[in-house]
Amino acid sequence: MSDARGNVFLAGVGGQGTLLASEVLCEAFLLAGYDVKKSEVHGMAQRGGAVTTHLRFGPKVFSPLIEPGGADLLIAFEKLEALRFAHYLKPGGAMVVNAQEIFPPSVATGQERYPGDVADRLRAVTDRLHFVDALAAALSLREVRAVNMVMVGAASHYLPLPEGKYEEAMRGRMPDRIVAVNVAAFRAGRALLQKV
Amino acid sequence: MSVPATKEGVRLLSGNEAIARGAFEAGVKVASAYPGTPSTEILENFVQYEGVYAEWAPNEKVAVEVAIGASMGGVRALATMKHVGVNVAADPIFTASYTGVRGGLVIVTADDPELHSSQNEQDNRHYAVAAKIPMLEPSDSHEAKEFTRLAFELSEKFDAPFFLRTTTRISHAKGVVRLDEPSGPPFAPGFVRDPAKWVMLPVNAKKRHVVVEERTKALREFAETFDGNRIEWGDRSLGIVTAGVAYQYVREAFPDASVLKLGLVYPLPERLFREFAAGVSRVVVVEELDPYLETHVKALGIPAQGKELIPIVGELDPRIVRRGITGEAAAVRAPETVPPRPPNLCPGCPHRGLFFALRKLKVTVTGDIGCYTLAALPPLSAMDTCVCMGASIGNAHGMEKALGPEGVGKVVSVIGDSTFLHSGVTGLMDIVYNKGCSTVILLDNSITAMTGAQENPSTGKTLHGEPTHRLDLPGLCRAIGVEHVYVVNPHDMEQTEAVLRREIARPAPSVVITVAPCALLPDHRKKKRPVYEVIADLCTGCKACSRLGCPAIEWVPFTPEEAAAAGKKATQKGMARINALLCDGCNQCPPLCKFQAIVERES
Repeated sequence: MSDARGNVFLAGVGGQGTLLASEVLCEAFLLAGYDVKKSEVHGMAQRGGAVTTHLRFGPKVFSPLIEPGGADLLIAFEKLEALRFAHYLKPGGAMVVNAQEIFPPSVATGQERYPGDVADRLRAVTDRLHFVDALAAALSLREVRAVNMVMVGAASHYLPLPEGKYEEAMRGRMPDRIVAVNVAAFRAGRALLQKV
Repeated sequence: MSVPATKEGVRLLSGNEAIARGAFEAGVKVASAYPGTPSTEILENFVQYEGVYAEWAPNEKVAVEVAIGASMGGVRALATMKHVGVNVAADPIFTASYTGVRGGLVIVTADDPELHSSQNEQDNRHYAVAAKIPMLEPSDSHEAKEFTRLAFELSEKFDAPFFLRTTTRISHAKGVVRLDEPSGPPFAPGFVRDPAKWVMLPVNAKKRHVVVEERTKALREFAETFDGNRIEWGDRSLGIVTAGVAYQYVREAFPDASVLKLGLVYPLPERLFREFAAGVSRVVVVEELDPYLETHVKALGIPAQGKELIPIVGELDPRIVRRGITGEAAAVRAPETVPPRPPNLCPGCPHRGLFFALRKLKVTVTGDIGCYTLAALPPLSAMDTCVCMGASIGNAHGMEKALGPEGVGKVVSVIGDSTFLHSGVTGLMDIVYNKGCSTVILLDNSITAMTGAQENPSTGKTLHGEPTHRLDLPGLCRAIGVEHVYVVNPHDMEQTEAVLRREIARPAPSVVITVAPCALLPDHRKKKRPVYEVIADLCTGCKACSRLGCPAIEWVPFTPEEAAAAGKKATQKGMARINALLCDGCNQCPPLCKFQAIVERES
C-alpha cells in the first residue's frame, strides 16, 4: 500500500444496495493494507429514503465521518442524490453518477417535477463528472440488484486499488451463488469509464 | 460467523459486531434484548457464535431481568437496547446496582444523537450517575470490543453491573478490529443463596446502598489510573477533554492538541483532570449532547469552555468541532435545494391500505413506534400523535376520557404487533378495566419490521431461528376482556374501512387486527406476485391512485402540448405510471381507479 488517503461519499436511495457496495469497498481497502472506517445509518433511512455512506481510508483514520467539502469522490446511485450531497465534494473532486432517476414522493405524487437541470447543476460543481447507465448495465446481466457493483466498477478508476482486491472482497462478503454476477457487474461498470 | 476472514485475526467490524465479538470473547453465555436502532445488530451477531444463548425479549425491562437472573446464576450476561429502551428497563437496572452481580453483567445503551431513528435525543450518561452504575464509552470498533470484554471483568471485580454506552456513529461505523481468543469467568455456574445480597427488602437494601457508595469510591480511584482514561500530551496551548466518537473528531480537527480522553465516563477521576488542566493553558470540553463532562470539570473548579462552543443539539463532526473551537472553518458550498426524499412505507406495505382506509373516517389517530409511524407523513397524513413504545393505547384512552361522551367514536389507536406485546398490552387492560370504549387497531405484519425484521413472541420463531409457540393475538385481546375482536386483510381496503367504521362507532372496547405480512419478508418476496400497469389511454389523471403514496406509482406531468400529443384533453395535467421495478403486486391501487385503468401486466 502507498501513503494514499481519501474520502469516498456514497449516496443513493434505500433499497439500491449502497450498503453492500460500501462493504465491498471497505473490505477491498482492508485487504490492500489500509486503515479504513465507514459510517452509515440504518433503520428509518432504509425505507426508500436518502441513504449515505461515509468511507475513509489512509495510513490512519480517526473520524468515521467526512465533513462537508471533504470528499475526494462522490459515488451517486441516483441523479438527484448526487445533487443533494454535492456539497460534500472537495473542490476539484470527482463524481461518478448513475443516470437513473428514482422519483421522490413529491415528484411521484405530482406536486413538483423531477428537476430537469441536474446534469447542469452537477457540472457547475465539478468538471470531473461522469454519468453511467448502471441500470442498463445491470439489466443486461439480468440482475437489477447488481446496479451497486456496476457503480463500484465505474468508480474504481478513481481509487488506488488493484482490480483483484475488489473481486477478493466480493468473494469475502457475498454468498458464493451471487459472486459471479457481481464480478461481471463490476467489470461491466469498470468498462463504462475510461481510465482516468 | 457472518464476518469473513480477511487477514488472520483482523476484521472490519461495526461497533455492534465488535460488541458481539467482545461478549463472545468474554465468555458471555446469556444475552437478551429488545431490538432498537442503533443497537439491534449486537444480538443478531452474537447469536451466530457457538455455544451461546441469545433471545429477543418482549421488551427491554424483561431483557435486563433475564440478564440479571443469568448473572445471579453465575454466568456472564448481556442486555442490549437503544437509549429509550433504558427508560423501559430502568426499574430493574436501578436495583441491580444495589444487588451487584455474580457473573459479569453488562447493559449496552446505544444512544442516537441526531435522532437518526428515534423519538428523542436523550443522553444516557445521566443514567450512570442516577443508578450509580459505572459506564464505559468506546471511541471506535476496536475499543468497543476491548471495552466489552473489560466490562465483564470489571463487573465481577467491583460487584457492579456495567453500562457500555455507544452512539450511532460507534454502533454503525466500521473499523479495523484485532480479534482475541475467548475466555470466561473464573468460576462455575450455580446460584449461591445470599438473601442479604439478592433479596432487596428495605432491611437488606439499606445495607447494600452503603456498599454501592463504597464501590463508587473504589471505582473513582480506579478511574485515576485506568489506562482507558489517558492524557495524550501535545501542544499545551489547547487541552481538549473528550470521550466516545467525539474523540475521533477532535483528533481529526486538532491533531496537535493535548487531549484528555475518557474511556470510563462514570465515575470520573479528579486528580487526572487536575493534572491535565494544570498542563494546558486552555481547557475545552468536546462532547455530543449534554454538558456531562463539562459539568464535572466545572464542579472541580477548573475554568473550561464547552457548550458555548460546541452544539448541545445533534451530532458532531470534525468541521463542527474545528469551527466551535477556532471560530472559523473553510467555506464550503451551500447544499443544493432539491426535492426531499424522506423514508416512506415500502411498495406493497400492508400498513398503507389500513391508513388509506382510516384517513377517510376523519378520526384522531394516536400512533406508536414502528414503520407505520411514517403514515404521519403526506400524502397519507393519517397519524396525529406518537410518543413512545406502547403509548398509543393509553393516549387514546386518555383523550377519550378528556373529551367525555363527545369523544366516543372520535379517537383510535394504531400499534404494531411487536410494539403491542412490548408495552401496549397493559394499555389495553386499562381500557377494558376502566370502561373505555376506544378502538385499538393492531397491525400484525408477522415481524418487528422497522429495525430490519426481528422475530417476536407472535411470529413463531426465536432469535436462534427455532420454531416456538406463536402467541395468539386475538386470543390475548379476548382474554383481557375485549369482546369485539376482528381480523381484516388491510390490502382489502373496502372491507377494512367497513369494519373500522362499525367498530369505531361501537360504544365498547374493540380491537381490529390487520393481518398481512411485511412486504420485505423473504417468504413474501419469494412468492409469485402480479405486477400492475396503467393503461395510458384510460388514465384521466384524476390522481385517485397517487393519494396512496405508493413509491411505485409515479406521476408523469404533461404540458398542454404533451397532453394533446398523447390524445388527452388539453386540461389533463398528467397521468399515472407504475414503475414495474418497484410494484409489489399488492392490489391496493386497482380498485381505486374508477376508469379501470390499472390492470395486471401480462408478463
